[in-house]
Order: sequence, then C-alpha cells, then structure tokens
Amino acid sequence: MSITYLDAIREAQEKALAEDPRVFIYGQDVGSFGGAFKATKNLAQKFPGRVIDSPISEDAMMGLAVGAAIGGMRPIIEMQFADFSTAGFNQIVNQAATLNWRTTVPCPITVRLPCGGTSGSGPFHSQSMEAIYAHYPGLVVMTPATVEDAYSMLLEAVAIDDPVIFCEHKYLYYHLKAEKLPTEATPVGKARIARAGRDMTLVAYSAMVHEALAVADELATEGTEIEVVDLRSVKPLDTDTVMASVARTGRLLCVGEAWPWGGVTAEVIARVASEGFGLLDAAPQRLNAKDTPVPYHPNLWAAHRPTARSIAAAARRLIRK
Amino acid sequence: MVDAVLKPGAAGKAFSVHDEYVKAFRIVLLARLLDEKFASLYRMGKIHGGVFLGKGQEALSAAVGLALQKGDIFAPLIRDLAGRLAFGEPLLDSVRTYLGSPLGPMRGRDGNVHRGRPREGLLGMISHLGAMISVVNGFLMAHRFKGIKGTVGATCIGDGATSTGASHEAINQAAVEKLPLVLIVADNQYAYSTPTSRQFACSALEERAAGYGIEVQSVDGTELSDCIKVVSEAVDKARAGKGPQMVVARLLRLCGHGEHDDANYVDPKLKVSSLGRDCVKVAEARLLQEGWADHSAIAEWRAESAKQIEEAVAKVQREPTPDPYKEDWCALASKHLSETHEES
Repeated sequence: MSITYLDAIREAQEKALAEDPRVFIYGQDVGSFGGAFKATKNLAQKFPGRVIDSPISEDAMMGLAVGAAIGGMRPIIEMQFADFSTAGFNQIVNQAATLNWRTTVPCPITVRLPCGGTSGSGPFHSQSMEAIYAHYPGLVVMTPATVEDAYSMLLEAVAIDDPVIFCEHKYLYYHLKAEKLPTEATPVGKARIARAGRDMTLVAYSAMVHEALAVADELATEGTEIEVVDLRSVKPLDTDTVMASVARTGRLLCVGEAWPWGGVTAEVIARVASEGFGLLDAAPQRLNAKDTPVPYHPNLWAAHRPTARSIAAAARRLIRK
Repeated sequence: MVDAVLKPGAAGKAFSVHDEYVKAFRIVLLARLLDEKFASLYRMGKIHGGVFLGKGQEALSAAVGLALQKGDIFAPLIRDLAGRLAFGEPLLDSVRTYLGSPLGPMRGRDGNVHRGRPREGLLGMISHLGAMISVVNGFLMAHRFKGIKGTVGATCIGDGATSTGASHEAINQAAVEKLPLVLIVADNQYAYSTPTSRQFACSALEERAAGYGIEVQSVDGTELSDCIKVVSEAVDKARAGKGPQMVVARLLRLCGHGEHDDANYVDPKLKVSSLGRDCVKVAEARLLQEGWADHSAIAEWRAESAKQIEEAVAKVQREPTPDPYKEDWCALASKHLSETHEES
C-alpha cells in the first residue's frame, strides 16, 4: 500500500469526522465534488450534512467558522488555494486570532491552505502564506513536510483549542508517498532532525525539506555533512532544536519558499544571531524565493524559488567561509 | 417576551397592555442616561480611548434585545447599549469595560463597545464592519449541528456597513443556508461623516433584500412602538423557519460618531425633520398621551436609573486596574504552544 501526502490529509479528516461529532468541513466544492484537489473525496457521502459547500466567500467562510467554534464546534475550513485566504484575512487575523485573548472563549478552527508553487500555476495559485499568518498573535502555523506529519499534524490541528493555519504543500500532494500512516507522532512545536550532519545546519520546512535533503546527499559526496532541520511548525518555532544544531555545526543556512522580507528565514536567523552569535563560525545565510510575484512559465518559476541546485550553491559558499 | 402581548393592528394601537411598552421605555431611558454618564466620564478624562453613544437609536436597539429570548444570539454594534441591556448584559459589564476594570468581561484587554459574553450568546464585536454577521451565522450553524431548535441570531449594522464585502458575503451565506438570522440595519444617515448619498446608489437599502432572496421590513426608528412591533415580527418569522429577515430602520444619529466628534457635518435640515426626532422624547410623550405613566412616574424611573448608574460607576472606580505583571501575555488557549522566545 502506498499513501500520498494528499491521501494522508483526506484520511486525517475522515478520522476526525468519525471520532469527533463537533468536526465539520466547510469550503468551496468540498462536498459531493470532493474538493479541487480531492482532499475531501467521498467525505460528504460518508458524513452527510457535515461536509458543506460554501459560496465563494472566504470572509464569510471564516466568520462562520468562528461562530461555529464559539457554539462548540471544531470546523475545518478548506481554502481552495492558500492565495485566496487573503480574501478571508480579516476574519482570520482579527476575529479568530483575537477571540481567546479578548474573551477567554477558545477558537478551535483548522484552516487548510493548499500552498506553495507548482509549475504553471502563476501568481495567484502558488503563494506561501506561513510568514504573514505567523506574524499575528493567536495563531498556530503548521508546515508539514512528510506524509506522516501531514496526517498526524492535521489531527492535532483539529484537536488544538486555537486557530491553526495548516499549510499543506501542493507539490507534495502527489509526489510524496509513505507505506503506511503513523500511529505515533512528534508533538507540535518540536522540530525534527531530518538528517544528521556535523558541518552545517540547513533549516527548512514544507517542500523545501526535500530540496534540502537532496542537497545534503549531493554535498555528502563532496565530504560535507549537512544537518537538515525540518521546522514542522513555524509557529511555535522550535528555536532550541535549531540552536542545538548550530552549536554542533557552527554554520547556518535557512531556506524558505516564501518571499524574503521579514519571513520565517529572517526570524530563524535573527534568533540564532541574537542568542547564539558565539556558536557561529560564519555569518548565517538564507535563501528564499525572489521578491517578485510567483511567475507562470516553468523556466521562470524554477528560477524564482530555491531549488536543490541553488541551495547547494549557497551551501558550498557557506562551507568555504 | 414582547411579541406575546402584541396584537395586530395599526401601529400605535398595538398594545393591549402597557407593561411591555413601559419595560422598553425604561431600558431606553437607562441606556440614554448611562450613555450620558459615559460621555461625562470621557470629558472628565476618566475613560481611556473612545466613547460611542447610541443617542437616537435606543428605541430600535432596545426592540432587538427585547425580541430575543434566552438561548438566542445577539451581536450588537457600537450604538446598541439599549439592546445589550434588554438582552441581559449586566450594567456593570459596560461600566467595567469603559473604565478598564480587570473584573469586567474584557479585563482591560479590550475596551468600550468591544465587549461581550460569547458563551452566553452575546458576541463582542471587532471593529471591522459587517464582520459579525457571518459569526452569527456560524453560531446558528452550531445550533443546527447540535439539533438546538427555535433559536435565532440577531445582529445590527449601520448604513455604512452595508457597503462592506463582509456584509454582502454573510447575508448571502445566511440566505443560502436559510438561517434564522435577523439583520437590523440602522440607516442613521451618516457613516462617521459620510452621508448616505456617498454610501449607496440604490434608492433605499430595502432594495438589497430582493438580491439576497430574503424578506425585508421598514420601520421608523424614532418610534418605539413601531420598532418593537416590526423587529419582534421579524424575529418571530426567523424563529418560525422563514429564513433570514432584514429590518431597515430610518433615524438620525443624534451625536457624533464618537464623543471626540462634534458632528458639525450633519445637515441642519435633517435635524429638524421627522428623522431627527429624539426617540426617548417621542416615547415619553406617548406614555403621557396614552396615560400609561405620568410625569412623576417618569421622574421616579429616571431617578432610579441614575442611582443604579451612580452606584455602578462608584463601585467600578474602586476596583483595581489591570496589572501588566499579572498578565500572562499569551494569546493562545494552548499555553504549551505559545512562543517563549522574546528579544532581550
């Protein structure tokens, strides 16, 4: 049996619906159609009345989720593409994220964001939104990189009493496979050492973990042992695991598919520089997408985001410093 | 509830007993006096941040709160002190929130009109207009999922909020789901300083209802008895499963947007028009005219309300203020997931 990242997301939702009567799914085309990516395939049939098609109204979708959460439910909202969540941004950052702090009423909502670039998707179906949501207090932001994490973290997202922004990478939907679903999971908030190494710490999350692992394989043939840290969630950000790795390696390269300004890579480097400056043998480096909208054409797209090739080049520069 | 004592007939002759009218009037009066107290405290520098009054909208607002029952949901807007009191918000909640008492429902974390008790169905508004409508929809969906029947959700917006995308999305959403939503639109002629001529181009906001496929009623927002009748009928229809109901009330805001605003932009002609009537004075005249109360009874009610307000303010002024060292500074309910990292 082979389970994809997308299967894992569907399976986790089925389990959540089966085990918790408070769970329902609301989003565009999620009902009998099964969702734009088929992440809710057959769920409307299995759970009548609990997998509901919404109008194309991201703001009202999120507002409804907040009201339902106040009323004791645990909604899962599917944004058809992460990019469209900007149309529901106000309800996410001002309504959902402030509710518990303002009123002591928790707001258990999971917002699924199919994010990240795939070739040919262009400026409005390719965005990575984790940094902008992580900026707001009151949200948990998950960025699973593996089939196992997609499954277990989505289940945890539904169980958490806070609004969770669940960034599921569209490129991983079909490309990533596992033999079986996990029965145990690392707790949310804890990063994972995806590969151990002594020469350099390469921090990544979501699809970039796989680019980082490819780079580690490649540079191992050149005698450089890279330690790959998969952040798993960008908020909370497991600074301790990153710092411990940098203490072992003395070098830090941080990679993200999102835009560079003020993002996750900037945050990781700021923390390591301010608290672990003495651990560093060279200036910490980062690599992000270029500071333009995400381009449509494959030639441009491949050059816009970090790839194993550009990460390897950055890693080689850093190891020589 | 109010609707139980209403009988069909021409507005103004609808009441078989005056008790409900008196009850509504006393809420309207209490709200007016409490608002005046907040304005006074603001001018004395005792209130941090803004003060937003419901002056001129008390009759409409009270009618909403009175038409709702226990178990219903209410998302008031900024000029709904009367509706809040009618719905059952303790008077102390408003005083504590305006004065920032940590014993109030918002504990100094949020202020003035941004208060609520969501667990009890009283939602605390965010500042973004139109944003509460879909939250009420969601609460009603929760009732539907849980099999709770016969409840309604009411929320108030102004003419300005009808221009927001959030309003449009949420009204349409309620219509698609056939939710028991009652949307009260206080067309008070100005959104802050912007007149309705710069807010919408249809001849009346009631026209919007047809586009959503929902029912709509109009009401003179200066007339307490009309407000009670029309709003309670809308609530009854929603409760009876007839889908979302819209009520458009015409009136004039008799104050600035907030107490910082002298409202010098208000057209003087509007002030002397029937829209500019003061709903409290209109209701008082009606009481006297019908013989439901005399001057001394009204004076007594006024004195009782004033005493209640003075006692609440005096109590809250003796309460502690929020202590930043006792604040946990954690926005999450899941404390173990809070960011522990802090720049030195």
